[in-house]
Amino acid sequence: MATAPKQPIISIQNVTKRFGAVAAVDNISLDIMPGEFFVLLGPSGCGKTTLLRMIAGFEVPTEGRIVIDGQDMAHVSPNKRPVNMVFQSYAVFPHMTVTENVGYGLRIARVPSSEIKSRVEEALALVKLDGFGGRRPDQLSGGQRQRVALARSLVMRPKVLLLDEPLSALDAKLRAAMQFELADLQEQVGITFVTVTHDQDEALSMAGRIAVINKGLVAQLSTPSDLYEFPANRFVADFIGSVNLFDGRLTVDEPDRAIVDCPEIGRIYLNHGVTGPHDANVHVALRPEKIAMIPEAKGKPTAPECPEGDNIAHGQIRGMSYLGDITIYEVKLDSGRVIRVSRPNLSRYDQEDFTWEDKVWLSWHGSSPVVLQS
Amino acid sequence: MQDWKLNRALFASIASAPTLWLVLFFIVPLGLVWLYSFGTNVGLTEIDISGTFANYARALEPLYLGIFLKSVWIAGLTTVICLVVGFPVALAIVFATPKWRPWLLLGIMLPFWTNLLIRTYALMAVLRTEGFANQTIGWMWDKWSGLMTFAGLQPLGDFTPLPLLYNNFAVVLGLVYVHLPFMVLPLYAALDRLDKSLIEASLDLGAGHVRTLLSIVAPLAAPGIISGIIITFVPALGAYLTPDLLGGTDSQMIANVIERQFKRANDWPFGAALSFLLMYATFIAIAFQAMKSRQAERRQ
Amino acid sequence: MSLFKPRVPLAPLEYTKRLWMRAWVGLVLFFLYAPLLTLIAFSFNDSRRGNVVWRGFTFDYYEKALNNESLMIAMGNSLTIALISTIVSVVIGALAAVMLWRFRFPGKTATEGAMALPIVVPEICMGVAMLVFFAKIGFPTDLPWPFSLGAIIIAHITFCFPFVTMVVRSRLTSFNREEEEAAKDLGATEWQAFRDVLLPHMKPGLVAGALLAFTLSLDDFVITFFTSGPNTITFPVKVYSMVRFSVTPEVNAASALLIALTVILTTIALKVQSRMGGTPQGH
Repeated sequence: MATAPKQPIISIQNVTKRFGAVAAVDNISLDIMPGEFFVLLGPSGCGKTTLLRMIAGFEVPTEGRIVIDGQDMAHVSPNKRPVNMVFQSYAVFPHMTVTENVGYGLRIARVPSSEIKSRVEEALALVKLDGFGGRRPDQLSGGQRQRVALARSLVMRPKVLLLDEPLSALDAKLRAAMQFELADLQEQVGITFVTVTHDQDEALSMAGRIAVINKGLVAQLSTPSDLYEFPANRFVADFIGSVNLFDGRLTVDEPDRAIVDCPEIGRIYLNHGVTGPHDANVHVALRPEKIAMIPEAKGKPTAPECPEGDNIAHGQIRGMSYLGDITIYEVKLDSGRVIRVSRPNLSRYDQEDFTWEDKVWLSWHGSSPVVLQS
Repeated sequence: MQDWKLNRALFASIASAPTLWLVLFFIVPLGLVWLYSFGTNVGLTEIDISGTFANYARALEPLYLGIFLKSVWIAGLTTVICLVVGFPVALAIVFATPKWRPWLLLGIMLPFWTNLLIRTYALMAVLRTEGFANQTIGWMWDKWSGLMTFAGLQPLGDFTPLPLLYNNFAVVLGLVYVHLPFMVLPLYAALDRLDKSLIEASLDLGAGHVRTLLSIVAPLAAPGIISGIIITFVPALGAYLTPDLLGGTDSQMIANVIERQFKRANDWPFGAALSFLLMYATFIAIAFQAMKSRQAERRQ
Repeated sequence: MSLFKPRVPLAPLEYTKRLWMRAWVGLVLFFLYAPLLTLIAFSFNDSRRGNVVWRGFTFDYYEKALNNESLMIAMGNSLTIALISTIVSVVIGALAAVMLWRFRFPGKTATEGAMALPIVVPEICMGVAMLVFFAKIGFPTDLPWPFSLGAIIIAHITFCFPFVTMVVRSRLTSFNREEEEAAKDLGATEWQAFRDVLLPHMKPGLVAGALLAFTLSLDDFVITFFTSGPNTITFPVKVYSMVRFSVTPEVNAASALLIALTVILTTIALKVQSRMGGTPQGH
């Protein structure tokens, strides 16, 4: 038998959801593979939560199909779907103990009570809540409540676990720890995770693949590093991380190099082709940490892997914010445009300590800029 | 919160009017009734506070005890019907679209603001022998009868108007009619407070709607359900107008008996004793509610 | 089952879109409104008795009702009583609310309980208490109007003001004490701070409480029944005596007028609430 191509666990096919005249989800199609950690990322109101709720069965698509594990879900109610959800508010039943909460779904499925007991204990151990079984939800912290919600869903052994903004209600420290823990947990249980978030850090640190959603459409679907380094459009470049965007004209476009003329910053050289329409208006994205900065006194530098004079700009520091590990500078270019440059603080007493009003040279590598056509 | 001693003059100027009013026109009158309940009639208008329990003893005679128990039974039945009828309505309002919700709420509230007497009167007009209920049923009866003749069956015969008014049925119907908003509003408030994702979580974990209703919604809305029950039961128990206007000779409730002692039989001490028995019953119901809702809150 | 399955599946929580739910709500609303609407409709019916059959449109009974002197006197009494009771109830009720919200004092729990008592005591008991009380103190029955309404007004205030207290108090819980402190910090006296900061915040509560008190007073039958004399008949008491044994188109007309008044008052209440008590000040 020939090896069949791997079948997606969730297949979203041309799904549209309208609320009145507004399309919250606009003809989205995407496949989620078994065992994946998949993240739907986007600003609030972009339709990502609606999409998740349609997978869970709490919203019904206006058009299109949702297929889970080969089965069309059109007439399958949420209680019959092979997926479980961790709610944003966790939705831990306040009138039940932790054990009762986690065992709720199993009791409904009429699993024998001895098995319920062992599976609940197993699930609580998995989320590191051993010994908390007798507690009531109001005796738990936010993080612990979330673990209860996780255990309550995992104990059902769903094919897919859906998580709606799982970390948004936690404080910053706990959130960072939970990011790693969720990723570990997913690896451990091998269940497909589909997570919705508006927090790019969260998405980048946990996801295998990310679908960036904007205005009901998929803006880009790729791995975290590709999303950051090779954004497909201005929305993604701007939404993921911090970026300087320039308008320009693509004047040279050859297989091994490309040049964009930008009125605000000068000639931007790329050490690879971009296969864009020649002489077209394009946008260039340049991330602040990819720009090197030296004092004016050191003389005009040459950017690495660039012809002389390209990828160089001159400006003056107009503002800075010290963040401990890095410092972000606002540099006003000679054209008047203000851009952001970030520098790691490598030592406690930086030799090239910059301050307000300093005149500086900026340069960047020929592989750093990204040309965007939309 | 400020201690009253910090500003005695301010406290006195704010507190004196309401306190005085309450004591003078509420506590004192009730106290008088309470004293009278231990009194005996001497002469036509004279009442001697003799400290006797005879009035209470008389109230426990089978005749009055029977009326009392019947009042409890009717009020209880009214409450159960209101709960069964009102719960889906409250649920529908909670899950209605934002555009519809205020209108549905208004739809429930408006009769509640309408004069009780007028509502009762409107119901009388509908339920009379020649009222609309009977007219409609009679019309349907005739049609059905005609249909049966058409089908070659024996016709039903003449329609005799149903006795819809001046009986226990009319009293319960009237009490439900009047008190339904009392039940729907607290239920609505309780269900509205409920985190909808708890319902979704239950469905997500495999429970059906009925199971979710019983094991998630009902326990969490318990304080609201209990207060709806009490808010309906208490006024229904002390109802005067509805049994008086819609009831027949056998559907008197305790309030009608009390009224008779004061207005016609002129036996104030006995009426006072009955009044206080009704008040005690009310307080027991309210204490029960306070206890239950505190329990329910503690459980959450 | 499959016959009734909707073609477009419903989301699980769209209870309101379910057919049986809509039918249920529809039936309940029908139950609540049908009697009232029939009453209003047949107040225009041109038929002397047994107004079951439609005999044509007429305003006759409105004319009759409006020309019925005793009915109109009763209506005037009712409105006077409601107006005075409302004003006094709002003042006393608001004071009680501020007292309970602002101060800590010995016997507070008992006071709170006593203030809520008139709300829960059965009407009949309160009516009886008022009857006994006014008989005992020998309240004069031969005073000129409107003082002759004094007993009824006192009774009405007693059962209305705790409702005002309840409404105003719940409004006060949303008051930010720092606003008052800020006013005093800026030099306001106790009275100025109250007038300029606390009172405006209480206003929606006061309006809601006033409307509630007015409706309760206008609506009351039982307590009034025990306190009114032959010269102090209110509208409900008058209607009661008219409807005890018969249903007449004239009463229909008078009732329809009162229903219209209720609808107007409710509309005003909603307008006022959405303008002042609504979102902007609600935080």
